[in-house]
Amino acid sequence: MSAIFVWIETDSGSAIPLSQEALGAAAALASELKLPLVALVFGEDAGAIARDMAADEALVCEDETLTNLRLEPCAALLTQLVRDRRPHTLLAPGTIRGRELLASSAADLGASLLTEVSGIVAQSDGALRVTRPVYAGKLSETAQGSPSQTQYLCLRARAFPPAAPREDADTPVTAVVPVLGEDDIATKIAEVTPAAGEVSLGDAAIIVSGGRGMSANPAQPPADAPDGAVWKAQHGFEHTLTPLASELGAAIGASRAAVDAGYIDYAHQVGQTGKVVSPDLYIACGISGAIQHQAGMRSSKTIVAINRDSDAPIFRLAHYGLVGDLYEIVPALTAALRARSGAS
Amino acid sequence: MHIVTFTRSTPDTAARLTVDADGSVSQGDAAMVVNPWDEYSLEESIAQAEGRGGTATVIAIGPEVHEEALRQALAMGVNAALRIDDPVLAAADSIGWATAASAAIRKLDNVDLIIFGKEAVDVGSDQHQIQAARLLGWPFIGAVSRILELDAAGGRLRVERSLEQGRQLLDCRLPAVISVLKDINEPRYPSFMGIRRASRASIPLWSLADLELELPNPLTRQLKLEEPPQRVAEAELLSGTPAEQAGALIERLEKEQVL
Repeated sequence: MSAIFVWIETDSGSAIPLSQEALGAAAALASELKLPLVALVFGEDAGAIARDMAADEALVCEDETLTNLRLEPCAALLTQLVRDRRPHTLLAPGTIRGRELLASSAADLGASLLTEVSGIVAQSDGALRVTRPVYAGKLSETAQGSPSQTQYLCLRARAFPPAAPREDADTPVTAVVPVLGEDDIATKIAEVTPAAGEVSLGDAAIIVSGGRGMSANPAQPPADAPDGAVWKAQHGFEHTLTPLASELGAAIGASRAAVDAGYIDYAHQVGQTGKVVSPDLYIACGISGAIQHQAGMRSSKTIVAINRDSDAPIFRLAHYGLVGDLYEIVPALTAALRARSGAS
Repeated sequence: MHIVTFTRSTPDTAARLTVDADGSVSQGDAAMVVNPWDEYSLEESIAQAEGRGGTATVIAIGPEVHEEALRQALAMGVNAALRIDDPVLAAADSIGWATAASAAIRKLDNVDLIIFGKEAVDVGSDQHQIQAARLLGWPFIGAVSRILELDAAGGRLRVERSLEQGRQLLDCRLPAVISVLKDINEPRYPSFMGIRRASRASIPLWSLADLELELPNPLTRQLKLEEPPQRVAEAELLSGTPAEQAGALIERLEKEQVL
């Protein structure tokens, strides 16, 4: 049991923000267990990215088969590296790719895997005791993997402090060779369409969310709008919430009710059957706070609720409540923030 | 063409859950429903099988409570249901579940595609799906938002998936395993005829002996289940005109160094 491994997910030439959190968690664990820290970086630009990851060593593979972090070749390589080096623990960000990769490799090796981990406590026998949400965040589980083999852990977003970015880390890089050749790989990536440059919900520090109340927009829909309420809500997301989000550098979220009513795309849904988030600041606008929604955002550090109905359940979860018309309060908030940033 | 989905019964999404002194989960008088993410995988399997003269089968692994989800799936229009249960499964973790699932797929012997919902909400797992694919040696594609081509005879699949950083178009051979998100379809409601048919359907039960299977020892174990800390304080209400409310909020957020 030789090291703490951390898989660094990359995108467009750099480590994604959640990889810095995984690196931070891995560094803390390595220092506690007095084990070397090894970063694993695959795919395009892996070598350059790896040198900036503050670790004792980086294992790097830039083979073309790994481009876009395709699951099968990445999993086969990861399994080989774990088999060869038998690390104590392997950590990864709890992204779609991170979860797919660790689950595949853990199955290959019969290793234990725990996902959505928000806390880690090392036991004297080397087992890692973790906390993680179950029942879509309505309950919390304490669980433990098997220390007889490498323990695989996928981390919950924004649960661990990120490692400070280091451009002078100059981590020693070891190149490793891929396990699969192109002919061995069943999946082919035909096309990649990057997301438009919005702040992503998963790693946003601030989220501004809209709910059913978005349809109470005083703006008048054009005569040819097929559904007045939908038009008003969509208009409100674009012209009322988005300016506030831009002012705060925030991501836009939404309740299930808003998504199901067609007010905004599913990618923005927070809560059960959507995303689970834990930003520093969550501003819920026109969201009543159904329990499914609460499950997705309750671990936010500071919660602000703006709602016309002072009895809305969201006020029992919020730290600050602003009772009133979101179409008056949100523009006032945007204007005040704008004045503040202009003044400073 | 044969499409298989897996499902399970989970507490109604609006249920408030509590943990009893013995560690078991209570959901008050809330009903059990189909695992919310599985509504989309069930709909997709029915729609894809219907359009191609294929068969859709739904499987649940675990005790009788999961028959409710199977009957709901049959009422929606899935062609056949099957349950796998064995006392040993009570202690199984995700790899144990995946071992049983992959054995069932091998026994069926004619499966072209397995479609999972994103996650089992009760156990908070999506890993069992990927582990099942791996144990079968089939490719896995997660977070699928559209099936663009499904050609069982030609053994080809083309899908679009939604990642955090954008979309990918992927080609893959069959058999394969995918998981789907909510944006792939709009699940149908069970029809009256479907509900009647489902209530009369007999659901075969397979044991691990039927699968000629011994489960591996669980690799992970649950030590404790608890309710997350509840906030007891009421929200501080900020009153006044919208401008005053905005000012009061900014002042507090600055003080907390959130801004």
